[in-house]
Amino acid sequence: MSTFPIEQIRADFPILGETIRNKPLVYLDNAASCQKPQAVIDSIVHTYSHEYANIHRGVHTLSVRATDKFEGAREKVRAFINAASTKEIIFVRGATEAINLVAQSYGKSQLKAGDEIVISAMEHHANIVPWQMLCQQIGAFLRVAPMNQQGELLFDEFEQLLNAKTKLVAITQMSNALGTINPVEQIIAAAHAKNIPVLLDGAQAIPHMAVDVQALDCDFYVFSGHKIYGPSGTGVLYGKQALLEAMPPYQGGGDMIRQVTFEKTEYAGLPHKFEAGTPAIAEIIGLGAAIDYVTAIGMDKIAAYEAELLDYATQQAEQIKSLNIIGQAAHKGGILSFTLDRIHPHDIGTMLDSLGIAIRAGHHCAMPVMDFYGVPATARASFAMYNTRQEIDVLMQGIKSLIEVFG
Amino acid sequence: MFEDLRDLYQEVIFDHNRNPRNFRVMDNANRQVEGFNPLCGDRLTLFLKIDDHVISDASFQGSGCAISTASVSLMTEIVKGKTEDEAEALFKQFHEMTTGKTEEINLEAIGKLAVLAGVREYPARVKCATLAWHTLDAALKNEAQSISTE
Ligand SMILES: Cc1ncc(COP(=O)(O)O)c(C=O)c1O
Repeated sequence: MSTFPIEQIRADFPILGETIRNKPLVYLDNAASCQKPQAVIDSIVHTYSHEYANIHRGVHTLSVRATDKFEGAREKVRAFINAASTKEIIFVRGATEAINLVAQSYGKSQLKAGDEIVISAMEHHANIVPWQMLCQQIGAFLRVAPMNQQGELLFDEFEQLLNAKTKLVAITQMSNALGTINPVEQIIAAAHAKNIPVLLDGAQAIPHMAVDVQALDCDFYVFSGHKIYGPSGTGVLYGKQALLEAMPPYQGGGDMIRQVTFEKTEYAGLPHKFEAGTPAIAEIIGLGAAIDYVTAIGMDKIAAYEAELLDYATQQAEQIKSLNIIGQAAHKGGILSFTLDRIHPHDIGTMLDSLGIAIRAGHHCAMPVMDFYGVPATARASFAMYNTRQEIDVLMQGIKSLIEVFG
Repeated sequence: MFEDLRDLYQEVIFDHNRNPRNFRVMDNANRQVEGFNPLCGDRLTLFLKIDDHVISDASFQGSGCAISTASVSLMTEIVKGKTEDEAEALFKQFHEMTTGKTEEINLEAIGKLAVLAGVREYPARVKCATLAWHTLDAALKNEAQSISTE
């Protein structure tokens, strides 16, 4: 841990200096959204102060500058996930929009009645509902690969679901409710052996580990900018070029066309075909700044530091008798989901808030996961690279005190 | 340690959370409504026995946070023996108190329920306190089998 520049990193996030209810903020709701470093805030201020105009449509200097910066962010994302080409990087509003895009464009054009889509039991609603909507529209079926009590995917059961009717696997790389990191290499290999394309929901994984879409060989990869220290309203859909080429546009409008007459429209090429309308220009440039920021620290170092944090938090949590950890997969990211005997997660959330500690209490947009464990909700502390052992101590002390108060 | 929360979590609330009153299924109930708060997944079933416009018995089942459990527990105590109109009036007063529409709390009318006034300062928790009363309202109106706070 000593080589990790934690002091510097904390100093880079101005919000970490806030006090909440007169206590220093302990921000442990990173799985919902991460805080922003000064570099990202500065980037947005700089764009609006010096380089803002609409993109791709002006001959004037500012528009050219803004376009260069915007396309520069696309190259940063490409390099960050090692895509083969910037044509494969589509900017969207977030992981949710990316999945909806694939469901409505790829799904509607490539799947037909009777086909099957395989997801897992630990998906976020964003990777359930768009497929249910597609299934309803075209008469396809959703199949759900089960998990065990630890929150690990049952791989054999998953593999058995793959058959000649399976036309897509859509699965999370890391669960937001449990922290489980899925064996995505194995999943992709099994699906590809049957010629089934795979979409990975990288919303949780992306801030915590290095991702190489070519090494993974996934067909689609989606994530949200706000969970990797970037601005909200930004997201990325990666798709293999051949798949994207064959897909019809998702929305129609400006920027996604080559030529329009009232009789016929010729669509723009990739990636613009999928980017109708004015995007979140300053925010996407800000996402580029966020990627620069984490890249400079190094994703492997971040992963190692966070793994130590999670280990420490888990050890501490295990000492509290009435605390039950929900999600105990062998391979886990920085998420500690838990319940306390006889104390509702919402009371935990309000009590910890009064100590300046921000956690999430609720179903985490994963109601089927709650049903699986037979709980209405859990409390969830989720870690980022700027969290510390001291903060985990504050959390654990808070939990012990509230258990006492509830009696 | 939790000084700031004393207004929200009063001892009465802990007491009712630990030992909820009227926590039972009522076999001879003539009204039964399920209340659901989709935001937190809390669910409760309210049972009423109404004879000649008077609530002769009230009970509940379900699980929720301390605020919602205390709220429904207190409610079943206070509405017993009240007429339907009196209970409706109480619902209105409770609603106004918890949503901060009235600064003055009519202690005489609201009685013990005043311990829940603290939720006013916690907008995220108001629905925890009002779920019970919305469920009661539905039971009195006798229209729906289940209600949701969203
Ligand atoms: C695993 C997972 N998938 C998808 C999403 C949806 O992300 P967004 O709301 O940014 O579109 C989230 C966000 O919580 C998530 O955790």
